[in-house]
Amino acid sequence: MAWQWFHRLGSPKWFYEKTAAWLPWLGFISVTLILAGSIWGLAFGPAEAKQGNSARIIYIHVPTAVLAMAGYYVMAISGAIGLIWRMKLSFMVMKAAAPIGAVLTFLALFTGAVWGKPTWGAWWVWDGRITSMVVLFLLYLGIVALQGAYHNQDTADKVSSVLALVGMVNIPIIYKSVDWWYTLHQPATLKLTQKSSIDPSMGYPLLLMILAFYLFYAWVLLLRTRVEILRREQKTNWVQDIVAKG
Amino acid sequence: MVETPSLRRAIWQSLRRELLLSYRHKGDLANPLIFFLMVVVFTPLGISEEPAMLARIAPGMLWVIALLATLLSLDGLFRSDFDDGSLEQMVLSPQPLACLVLTKVFAHWLLTGVPLTLLAPLLGVMLQLPAGGYGVLVMTLLIGTGSLSLIGAIGAALTVGLRKGGLLLSLIIMPFYVPVLIFGSGAVKNAIGGFPVNAELAILCAMLLGWSVLAPFAIAGALKISVRA
Repeated sequence: MAWQWFHRLGSPKWFYEKTAAWLPWLGFISVTLILAGSIWGLAFGPAEAKQGNSARIIYIHVPTAVLAMAGYYVMAISGAIGLIWRMKLSFMVMKAAAPIGAVLTFLALFTGAVWGKPTWGAWWVWDGRITSMVVLFLLYLGIVALQGAYHNQDTADKVSSVLALVGMVNIPIIYKSVDWWYTLHQPATLKLTQKSSIDPSMGYPLLLMILAFYLFYAWVLLLRTRVEILRREQKTNWVQDIVAKG
Repeated sequence: MVETPSLRRAIWQSLRRELLLSYRHKGDLANPLIFFLMVVVFTPLGISEEPAMLARIAPGMLWVIALLATLLSLDGLFRSDFDDGSLEQMVLSPQPLACLVLTKVFAHWLLTGVPLTLLAPLLGVMLQLPAGGYGVLVMTLLIGTGSLSLIGAIGAALTVGLRKGGLLLSLIIMPFYVPVLIFGSGAVKNAIGGFPVNAELAILCAMLLGWSVLAPFAIAGALKISVRA
């Protein structure tokens, strides 16, 4: 009884119908929270002691970076579940997650560059974290490219899962890169086990934005997965009924 | 009832087959080396022939070109076996696929990585590599090309079913090459500057050991997927 929900996930149709009700809520809440967090951070939060107002980009930069890394795990783990339990839906989630992660990584790099110009004096430096984030971006692009290269969807899924799993070694490297190498990039201020070194007046909006981005990611992932379900199951009756209804 | 050969015999026969096939196509052996030479010739022509400038970029350039030469040689790693059906036989054989695969990659390293490493000091002279760098260059290339072959074989196994898998292979494999390149060329640069290289060499060895344990399973899984496609 306890694992029934997991086995139901084997049915794309069940997933499609179940998530239809979640979408408006997820969308509304995530967009509201993003707006609220942005306004709180940009307008009402404090200016940073040394960097002034340019540090306010942290409210976009950190959430996109966090989601870029978390999104890779979502992609790799759904690939692993697909390989182990042979769940089509899991592969569809993996395929849907790849471009989202790529865009988030690009945004993290872009906002980081925009932040770096006034504070470090350079748009780009080749330090440990930025380099490993570029590697993450390339990994995402590799998965997208691999998905598109195979005519047989089943082979494409399995091959991409293997690549995604091999690439999982990169995430801890990104995370620890600021500790292992001398870098301009700031070390972690948000900590899980100790008191965070960031001031609460900046910390709370930042945590809110991270939560908001997680919800936003879930929303976009569900949207993309549902499209992928429709695409792959287009020959089934239930999809053709949906299409016929308009 | 045919007796299954022992694993030791299977590995030895597999290695012998790779070396024999390569011996019969000696031209293929030379291709990465000629590529290495060609791009080393392009470097001063395209960038600058000033000795001071060449000496500064030599460690990195030698590593990058060796890496690219390895990358080019990877497409053919499983291709001919895939085309004539022997890859399918390997997958179906009672021997553990991971071991057979490790043997193939080892043969690839012997036939590509080692010759590139031996050629590198010669080309280092052409690029004005400073005196302290040669020993470490050879050491890091020897260890590093092992990792490059292992990682590259994962890409080769993933793309062996594609007609034009070559460029895609390079794209999916290059992100994993980044740490090997950073530590390999970093060690050579440190050696030239007179700094200790123990840390970089240790990390290169650790990467080689890690990949030699993990990669065969990834390669075997990818081969099974590609063969069944």
